[in-house]
Amino acid sequence: MSQVPKESAPLEGYAAPSTVEEALRLIADGDATILAGGTDLMLQTKPGGRLPYRRKLVNIRRISELRGVSEKDGRMSIGALTTITDIDNNDLLNTVTPVLPQTANCFASSQIRNAGTVGGNICNASPAGDMIVPLLVLDAEVELSAWTNGAVTTRLVSLDKFFTGPGRTIKQPNELLTRIVFARPDKKLFAGYIKSGPRPALEISTVSAALSAIRDNGKLSRVRIALGAVGPTVLRAVKAEAYLEGKTVTAQVAAEAARLAAEDASPIDDVRATAWYRRHLIQVYIKRLLENDSQG
Amino acid sequence: MTAKVDISFTLNGHLKKVSVPIDMSALTMLRDMLGMTGTKLACGEGECGACTILVDGVSLNSCLMYAAECDGRTVLTIEGLRTAAGLDPMQKAFVEKGAIQCGYCMPGMIMQAKYLADTKGKMTHEELQRGLEGNVCRCTGYKKVFDAVAAVVGVTE
Repeated sequence: MSQVPKESAPLEGYAAPSTVEEALRLIADGDATILAGGTDLMLQTKPGGRLPYRRKLVNIRRISELRGVSEKDGRMSIGALTTITDIDNNDLLNTVTPVLPQTANCFASSQIRNAGTVGGNICNASPAGDMIVPLLVLDAEVELSAWTNGAVTTRLVSLDKFFTGPGRTIKQPNELLTRIVFARPDKKLFAGYIKSGPRPALEISTVSAALSAIRDNGKLSRVRIALGAVGPTVLRAVKAEAYLEGKTVTAQVAAEAARLAAEDASPIDDVRATAWYRRHLIQVYIKRLLENDSQG
Repeated sequence: MTAKVDISFTLNGHLKKVSVPIDMSALTMLRDMLGMTGTKLACGEGECGACTILVDGVSLNSCLMYAAECDGRTVLTIEGLRTAAGLDPMQKAFVEKGAIQCGYCMPGMIMQAKYLADTKGKMTHEELQRGLEGNVCRCTGYKKVFDAVAAVVGVTE
């Protein structure tokens, strides 16, 4: 997302590779716009949009090896081209980490879930990006692949370190986000997600929140809290996380964690809500998530 | 000028070969190049569902889909629902239940309803409502739409 040209040059070329290697060779010069589901790209590239096209459009949708969910040696892997509908319907995820299908289920609309991909949702880097929020509390990493010196190279980056601002990430123009990976969650781990809005879907979050923790004899450990739409990127509420570590949840503990989470955020006033209301919602959601009631 | 790409795909059972600008939407191609004006442009940003088509049996907003992405795929629009045997059962149900007001959202509604009928089968009323959440009717005639879809798919509870 760095070094985006200011004005859109006319698109000179189009390619629809069917393998990762082919795609990486095509984008190696850093002058390609990548098309996955297209649901964000089509709008952002319209005249006056925030994302001018690069010289060629590389449609990665035909790369079947990047679609699907698998598990190996306790590591979960989600291909970047797995659609939101795929995640919503995935049996393995429903068993291992139901928070991801739950989140997918209230993502946009049926038609958009059918087109949109999890990799695209991450690379779009919206502060309100739905799938990013629960993936952060699962300590997910993203695999970035590139074609360098005649070979495919990959690097793993913590999702936590991936975003640098609204629509901006550390991904280089010659890199493709190929997979999302995370450790298979511990059996004692609970995770929940809540998204604001008067209806379950087609709603750009006013606030979204996810929380995960291991609860052992009532005590919390490995606490993770992620908040969407309350800062320039989806963010972790680190003060609230640190406070909850080792605690048993009581009404007082939940209230203090909620207060700290609101401090961790930096919401703004915009057309969807005021900063004041967003801080209020954060506190309501953190309390609800701690009560393990993620029904929103 | 934006370059073009040659594509071929099956549209409503017929093979089509067209040369489309790389940045053109499937909706613009269908309406302006191929004369298939049954698929509607309303919001143009994936909020309303009036442009819903089925691609390889899956419902998509054609306003957000690149025409080039149709290459090699099977596209069904409202024009393709009617066969030699007559209207599709979903179309018949919309007619019988009077599920129509100004009519503009109907092609999209019917295509999404067909997707639900083909992929989900019997469902609860809530699932039916959620399934159509991406289709907006500004006349707000949802009740008869739900009745029509329910008559085809069957509603439990």
